[in-house]
Amino acid sequence: MTRITVTVDGIAYEEEVEPRLLLVHLLRDRLGLTGTPIGCDTGNCGACTVMLDGRSAKSCSVLAVQADGSDVVTVEGLSADGGGWHPMQRAFHEEHALQCGYCTPGMIIAAIDLLKDDPDPSDDAIRHGLEGNLCRCTGYTNIVRAVRRGARDMSGQDAATATGEGGR
Amino acid sequence: MTEELDAGMVARTIAESDMLSEPAPGRAEVGAARRRKEDARLVTGRTRWTDNIQLPGMLYVAFLRSPMAHARLTRVDVSGALGLPGVVAAFSGRDLADEQGSLPCAWPVTEDIVIPDHPPMAVDEVRYAGEAVACVVATDRYRAADALEAVEVDYDPLPPVLDMTEALTEGSPKVHEQGNRSFVWKFAAGDIGAAFQDAPVVVERTYVQQRLIPSAMEPRAVVAQSDGDAFTLYSATQIPHILRIMLASVTGIPEHKLRVIAPDVGGGFGSKLQVTAEEVILLLLARRLGKPVKWTESRSEGNLTVHHGRDQLQRISLAAEADGRIRGLKVDLLADMGAYLMLVTPGIPLLGAFMYNGIYKMDAYDFTCTGVFTTKMPTDAYRGAGRPEATYAIERVMDELAHELGLDPVEVRRRNWIRHEEFPYATIAGLTYDSGNYEAATDKALALFGYDKLRAEQADRRERGDHVQLGIGTSTFTEMCGLAPSRVLGSLSYGAGGWEHADVRMLPTGKVEVVTGSSPHGQGHETAWSQIVADALGVPFEDVSVVHGDTAVSHKGMDTYGSRSLVVGGIAVLRACDKVKEKARQIAAHMLEASPDDVEFAEGTFRVRGTDAGKTIQEVALATFAAHDLPDGVEPSLDSSATFDPENFSFPHGTHLCAVEVDTETGGVKIRSYVAVDDVGKVVNPMIVEGQVHGGLAQGIAQALFEEAVYDAEGNLLTTTMADYLLPSAADLPDFVTDRTETPATTNALGVKGVGEAGTIASTPAVVNAVVDALRPYGVHDVPMPCAPERVWRAINGGAA
Repeated sequence: MTRITVTVDGIAYEEEVEPRLLLVHLLRDRLGLTGTPIGCDTGNCGACTVMLDGRSAKSCSVLAVQADGSDVVTVEGLSADGGGWHPMQRAFHEEHALQCGYCTPGMIIAAIDLLKDDPDPSDDAIRHGLEGNLCRCTGYTNIVRAVRRGARDMSGQDAATATGEGGR
Repeated sequence: MTEELDAGMVARTIAESDMLSEPAPGRAEVGAARRRKEDARLVTGRTRWTDNIQLPGMLYVAFLRSPMAHARLTRVDVSGALGLPGVVAAFSGRDLADEQGSLPCAWPVTEDIVIPDHPPMAVDEVRYAGEAVACVVATDRYRAADALEAVEVDYDPLPPVLDMTEALTEGSPKVHEQGNRSFVWKFAAGDIGAAFQDAPVVVERTYVQQRLIPSAMEPRAVVAQSDGDAFTLYSATQIPHILRIMLASVTGIPEHKLRVIAPDVGGGFGSKLQVTAEEVILLLLARRLGKPVKWTESRSEGNLTVHHGRDQLQRISLAAEADGRIRGLKVDLLADMGAYLMLVTPGIPLLGAFMYNGIYKMDAYDFTCTGVFTTKMPTDAYRGAGRPEATYAIERVMDELAHELGLDPVEVRRRNWIRHEEFPYATIAGLTYDSGNYEAATDKALALFGYDKLRAEQADRRERGDHVQLGIGTSTFTEMCGLAPSRVLGSLSYGAGGWEHADVRMLPTGKVEVVTGSSPHGQGHETAWSQIVADALGVPFEDVSVVHGDTAVSHKGMDTYGSRSLVVGGIAVLRACDKVKEKARQIAAHMLEASPDDVEFAEGTFRVRGTDAGKTIQEVALATFAAHDLPDGVEPSLDSSATFDPENFSFPHGTHLCAVEVDTETGGVKIRSYVAVDDVGKVVNPMIVEGQVHGGLAQGIAQALFEEAVYDAEGNLLTTTMADYLLPSAADLPDFVTDRTETPATTNALGVKGVGEAGTIASTPAVVNAVVDALRPYGVHDVPMPCAPERVWRAINGGAA
């Protein structure tokens, strides 16, 4: 067992973990943060994507011990205090960019990360930027529209709020 | 194009104004692009997936699965697992043989069908790679997985059976003692001999519908809990109601002691229309151990053991006149059942039997389907279920006919399709299409696509010998939706009816609870049903909530599949609202001191005709709750139920056009543009409809270009991960142009037809027709699916594709 400290959605946790425990299982099974789902076991689908120290990471491909000392933001920590939604969450809702919603947490986090490198991406850049996140319901057309809208709504916002850093 | 359309037909274009999130004041909710109520929990991670469930004392289950396609089990010893840290129990199939029963097949399509015994965990023999042979129960998921390695199994290999044609030959190894032929099902209408005799043109083709893996994003998960003699089963399922009945009959747990809950379900596409081995075993484990148990599959486990889709070999022959008019059609189908018949396995290819004629008129039709056992994962429903296969074959052959006659593919379809004034039309396959307007949808699609301009560009590229060739693919399709009229299902030997149920509860404060028997898993029923109820009862959209998916709350339902929810379930909701209004009218009349005959209802208020005196439905609800002054003999309740059984299927249709660029040097295919004009009748929520079409297109295109479940020569599945089974990403798909025509269905009160499967059914042939069209100058007349670069390159270069 290894002792780790990790901040998730603004709360500091100290946990004893087996070295083999995946970050996503720490989040889901130990911390009860079930907003981050698991869609595959090979790092292909991206459903489990979280922010790890400010950049998107597939939490099924990170060991909990690797996250020691890190700051993690999940989809549950994106909303500001008081339950408001992150602009990207609102954009996904407005553009009907989700159906079953299983890929949505990872897709939203990946989209926010994409905008860090390219705040005003072309449709093509969005499509390639989200290549690591699979959706089986939407055919992606509305996801592209949502990321475009999210980018528009986030431009001119305070950078920390817009990128989902800092949790609650 | 609007002015060119016929008077009886309302053409619509999806304009920005149609996508407003709220209807204008005084406008109906039905037809508005309401943003979804479901989204609030889904975009914030406040979800209720089955794997999220944690119960006190919960144990985790892991299954050991056969690495062999076909083998006799000579020893399964779980004793090594017992005593390992955290391990609570372990069982082989034989340990549970007396109580595990056989997984059900509810669709015995012929009298003499072979339905082999299907134990949830194998007892004597395994018949596909991935079949469960033992299970371990432990205190966490890691320890359960660890303990599987301590289970010892001896396999005595038997020959795999992988090819359907070989499986039917004399002397083939057998999957089951009864042989490899499960059933032969035939349909014939008209004089097929006469149709083919001396026909000026006969086109004969063979197409392979490759095996697909449905790949809902949420892997399956099951939680089972016992509470004395009663049980609760949570499952990532599309069919909580059917599951309850089936699990009761398999396990012997009485139906009233079994509650089934489908919490948030992350997609299904037919793959969660099943009664699975794991659901049965988890219930048995909860009963034996008295503890809650959970199992969640890994993706690689799911690729092996979630039922697969398609896998048919289609021989299709079409006889036509010299002008392209069809005389007759023959279809001879081999359908791979896999190793066992699951819930509706044998019925899937037969859903296509009524669709091979498509939208076309003909004099004769002959259909034969042989169900074949192989040592592979069983097949069953996958988005479209039989209808995509049929549509693919007829739409591919229509392009071949056009090519043989030197006609434009759209023109050859025009010469054959049912004209809009000919509806209702009794088809050669025995269905009655109630409505449609193929001319309007096609004209609109051609205009949006820029058909003539693309044909000109194609000619230019051909002339220049451009290494990037342009291909244009057409698909004019219809489908049978709204499964289904119970009488029809009965005539096809299906084990149940096709009705749907709804309860509408008028709460004292005037809010409304709707309980639906449909079981959404991404479709947006909470939103769409709210729109229907808001209009029907004249209450605000926000005042309606929709509950579903828990048999303790929604006791009656036939669940969600086959584009049935709106067409059957939505109408049940509407009818229940009608009953609420009728009850409320009696009470409102009493409150208004008027005769019920003089009371009319509009926009949420009951009024005495010709006066201003009125009572809102909310006032009536409160008065009914108080019950202080109700008319004699009237019960103090407005709550109402309705169970709706449709009289006919519904028949969405549409015209899809696809342009592809094929790089003849690399074989790479790029979709340049895709136009889908669908006619799904009246639309409750255009935003949701458009989303369903988009997703359907992605899946149909994926069959055409990307996806295939591949077994090797020993029967091992090679595509067990998402790295090997190619689901398209955003970078692999184009932006879709979607539009609609609107010819209301005449067989239900809303005029709706269903939209869940349309995109998938239409798009596969549109894409492959485009690929083949691009390559006609190279003498190519077919490319097997998926049209991956290597296959395209081989087709161009004359190699075996």
